[in-house]
Amino acid sequence: MTELVLPAVLSDEALARESENAHARIRRHRTMIISLRVLVLVVALGGWELAARHKWIDPFFYSMPSMIWDQLVEWMRDGTAQGSLWMQVAVTLEETVLGFLIGSIAGVICGILLGRNKLLSDVFSLYIQIANSIPRVVLGSIFVIALGLGMASKVALAVVMVFFVVFGNAFQGVREADKYMIANAQILGASPRQVTLSVVIPSAMSWILASLHVSFGFALVGAVVGEFLGAKEGIGLLISTAQGAFNASGVFAAMIVLAVVALAADFLLTSLEKRLLKWRPAAF
Amino acid sequence: MIDTPAIEFRDVSLRFISADGDATVALRNFTMSVARGEFVAIVGPTGCGKSTTLNMVTGLLRPTVGEVKVMGQPVRGIDPRIGFVFQADAVFPWRSVLDNVAAGPMFRGKSKKEAYDMAADWIQRVGLGKFGGHYPHQLSGGMRKRVALAQTFINNPEILLMDEPFSALDMQTRTLMQDELLKLWSGTGGSVVFVTHDLEEAIALADRVFVLSARPGMLKRVYDVDLPRPRITSQVRYEPQFIELSKHIWEDLRQEVVLA
Repeated sequence: MTELVLPAVLSDEALARESENAHARIRRHRTMIISLRVLVLVVALGGWELAARHKWIDPFFYSMPSMIWDQLVEWMRDGTAQGSLWMQVAVTLEETVLGFLIGSIAGVICGILLGRNKLLSDVFSLYIQIANSIPRVVLGSIFVIALGLGMASKVALAVVMVFFVVFGNAFQGVREADKYMIANAQILGASPRQVTLSVVIPSAMSWILASLHVSFGFALVGAVVGEFLGAKEGIGLLISTAQGAFNASGVFAAMIVLAVVALAADFLLTSLEKRLLKWRPAAF
Repeated sequence: MIDTPAIEFRDVSLRFISADGDATVALRNFTMSVARGEFVAIVGPTGCGKSTTLNMVTGLLRPTVGEVKVMGQPVRGIDPRIGFVFQADAVFPWRSVLDNVAAGPMFRGKSKKEAYDMAADWIQRVGLGKFGGHYPHQLSGGMRKRVALAQTFINNPEILLMDEPFSALDMQTRTLMQDELLKLWSGTGGSVVFVTHDLEEAIALADRVFVLSARPGMLKRVYDVDLPRPRITSQVRYEPQFIELSKHIWEDLRQEVVLA
């Protein structure tokens, strides 16, 4: 047998050098992306600040980053006109979470029940579509009239916002459950209940979790709009008070508070999703 | 009692009504009897009603005319003595290999400990001992089929129905899986009905090969395969008898494939 001689460019040292270079390139690319992101932020905020200071845009209507920051600091230090900022966040968060939980649990249960029953699903699928296409925010007025200015009307609006999204996804997920997998479970000896619990629900789970992401945002919209329409406390009220006082900085500052809440919730939901769907291949 | 065939089709026809409401005949005057411990293969062109026959044994479909009996009794619902291996991947992707194999005994009311002991034993037997904690997506197609086999064999089925189980595998893996199947089946005394479009697979595995005609499926001919057991599928295909038989069956099949 003849000795196989590797060309020098394929030797171990050469390969190590190559991968060293490649790693360095990847690191450089990452650093560049991050610096560009920071640059975009600086340019956008700096531009806004500059434009407002030079009166190219009227800071009374459009505010500017430094004023928004001052407003946030003031709220955190001295509290808002309705009490402390944390209180407002807590109230809105409570309404959101309650509405989210009630709406999504009800949505999942109804979606599974309807999805498992051919007749019910054929009859109701049309109405679900119709209900889904109505802008449900307008129901907020009804809830404020019927349930008053307290927490109930906001929770109700958040529930309605969440329910249809989760319901629609759970329903779809149940109907997409693989028929071979269901037949397999039946032949292996599963009762109808076991089929639902060990095949249908797990296979609908990725649909349901996907909808939870969107629907937490919807619950937040429901709670804030509800507060907007009539409330005694909450971030929505903060926004509507600021609007009434022509305080643009207040509106923007409240928006930032909402964004932080939404991002934190999204982070929590993503980690939940990763835990529950660890059986799935990594997405590329 | 032991003389009653495991599966019996007596002059069975099936009228199939599609989702749009159109009626077609899927199978016509089909008669077949599978003895206990016998390995039968059904071959035929696409859409000839091969899979339909299996679904009538499980009770998922009912014959329009005629009678299907399992162990001498007319079919009513899913018989617990039946096992089924599907063409598609029907293992549960959200369960690990061990959880997948333990599913059958758990569904049938065995205790968790008993079910998992049995499952651990079965994944050893199909050569997946090290992969008990893996999820199906981390396995190759052939390994997933081994999971499916273990999942089915753990219930100790007296009748094993297989619907083109290996058709999605590459040639080499398929040959290995055929040998694996013969090994698992030998000594169980169970009967197998193996549906395939691959006639060499049918001859390599079965005691008898049933050839169906193009739709509506009718029984065209039955071939006895006299090759000795135990067989090794990669070697048996070079026996002169095997080659002779595959020529005959292909002749039959070709006319039908042209029609289909």
